[in-house]
Amino acid sequence: MPSDSSKTGFLTEAELKDSPGVPSEARRKKGPVAAIECMEDIPCNPCESSCNYDAIIVGEDITNLPHLYEDNCVACQTCIYICPGQAIFMIDESLPDGRATVMMPYEYRPLPEKEDIVTALDRGGRELGDAKVVRVRQTKKMDQTATVTIEVPQEWSMQARAIRIKSS
Amino acid sequence: MRRYEMICVGAGPAGLAAAIEAAKHGVQVIIFDENERPGGQLFKQIHKFFGSREHRAMERGFNIGNSFLAEAKELGIEVSLNSVVLGFYENGALNVMIGDRIEQVKAQKTLIATGASENMIPFPGWTLPGVIGAGAAQTMANLHGIRPGNDILMVGSGNVGVIVSYQMMQAGSRIAAVIDAAPKIGGYAVHAAKIARVGVPFMMSHTIKKAHGKDRVEGATVIRVDDSWNPIPGTEKSFEVDTICIAVGLNPMTQLLRMAGCKTAFVPVLGGRLPVHDENQETSVKGIYVAGDASGIEEASTAVIEGRIAGLAIAHSLGYLDDVSYRQQLEKQFASMKGLRSGSHGEQRGKAKEYLNAVMKGTMDAL
Repeated sequence: MPSDSSKTGFLTEAELKDSPGVPSEARRKKGPVAAIECMEDIPCNPCESSCNYDAIIVGEDITNLPHLYEDNCVACQTCIYICPGQAIFMIDESLPDGRATVMMPYEYRPLPEKEDIVTALDRGGRELGDAKVVRVRQTKKMDQTATVTIEVPQEWSMQARAIRIKSS
Repeated sequence: MRRYEMICVGAGPAGLAAAIEAAKHGVQVIIFDENERPGGQLFKQIHKFFGSREHRAMERGFNIGNSFLAEAKELGIEVSLNSVVLGFYENGALNVMIGDRIEQVKAQKTLIATGASENMIPFPGWTLPGVIGAGAAQTMANLHGIRPGNDILMVGSGNVGVIVSYQMMQAGSRIAAVIDAAPKIGGYAVHAAKIARVGVPFMMSHTIKKAHGKDRVEGATVIRVDDSWNPIPGTEKSFEVDTICIAVGLNPMTQLLRMAGCKTAFVPVLGGRLPVHDENQETSVKGIYVAGDASGIEEASTAVIEGRIAGLAIAHSLGYLDDVSYRQQLEKQFASMKGLRSGSHGEQRGKAKEYLNAVMKGTMDAL
């Protein structure tokens, strides 16, 4: 575990470079794909067991880090709400005009609504700026972990990891 | 005196799992619990659990609790609530206070699964209303739907501190900061990341200096500590908070086991002085078993497996389970446990458990 995040609580982009779960830029440009930000050897593998496409492999030793096989990921979104650590996001950089979407797990209430303008936050909770909510999804199977998708400028796609709802 | 084949003290994850496993094989079981509801801490756990499918990962703690209770009911396990076990006597009998009467009960096998109590740290102002334990915060918010405070300082960055911080934000509170005297965050990185990304600052190498307020908490002052954990004057920082939540570790509840004369050893990584036990969870006093946090602070998922192991061992020793199927089922539980006691967080606990087993066997001396 790099020392930075063990004091601040969040991974830096430099730390994430070594993550076996982060998809390549080329893959992100092709369309939506899971980005796994799990870099600690905790005993956990629901991401693997819930993936029907062999896109996430943890292996027999459940403290292994999850490996993303980015070409197998069909963006089914299951791992996003399954992960008990809320460490998996879905990134889509295939949008035109330098736009991208970031899907994140969301367990606060009330849920934002589609078309809402919210504040996008980075891993350290710092404000990046305004973002539009393009999708909110919650089904019974998701067991109260909703997913919220925001549209952001492409340069934020690997930074924006949370939202703050603006107080009306 | 009422007699049973198996008495289980504590209806938390370890006790319920043990009772279910034993009852499945035909053992007649009663569980005593001092609380008005069974389930121990499970019903406060509104987050999804880690592990793998066999450990019921992805399920929320309270849902796991509900399914345990349903299973126990189906098996006809008697759960006696509001029942405080007061003492262990030389003849192996237990005194239990049920409501306003005291009864004596005895069993061929007794499992102690009493869990743990929270540690507290004293500081000026710590008796003010508004200084609460993390467990109390969870009870208020997650069981009773009452937000314990609007602005909270969390003291302790272990899994309890970071998980409860997240839950309090779900309840609508603001977390001013999570402080810890240790230089590094103690909890899982993903739990810390969850609250860091919504702006909760972590202040490592900081301890609480005092709570402010006349009739209740109105603020808190924290101070940086050096490598030897001594406060560094001039580094104080104050917060306006109405609640100070303490999450500085747990201490195994071993009073009954010590009363029964169980041999103990001191194992700081598991929370303090603990009963030594063999790999089947039996203590140095024959017929007395221990499981869950009372045998060392771990997770709900490890408590469940320890409970199952104890339940199997009890069923076997009472003749309800033949040697071969006992061994088979035991190996399955050991394998499941191994997964949870690996990795940088789990490995140390696994080693400490091996030490407790070794002291029990007599191959190592007790500290």
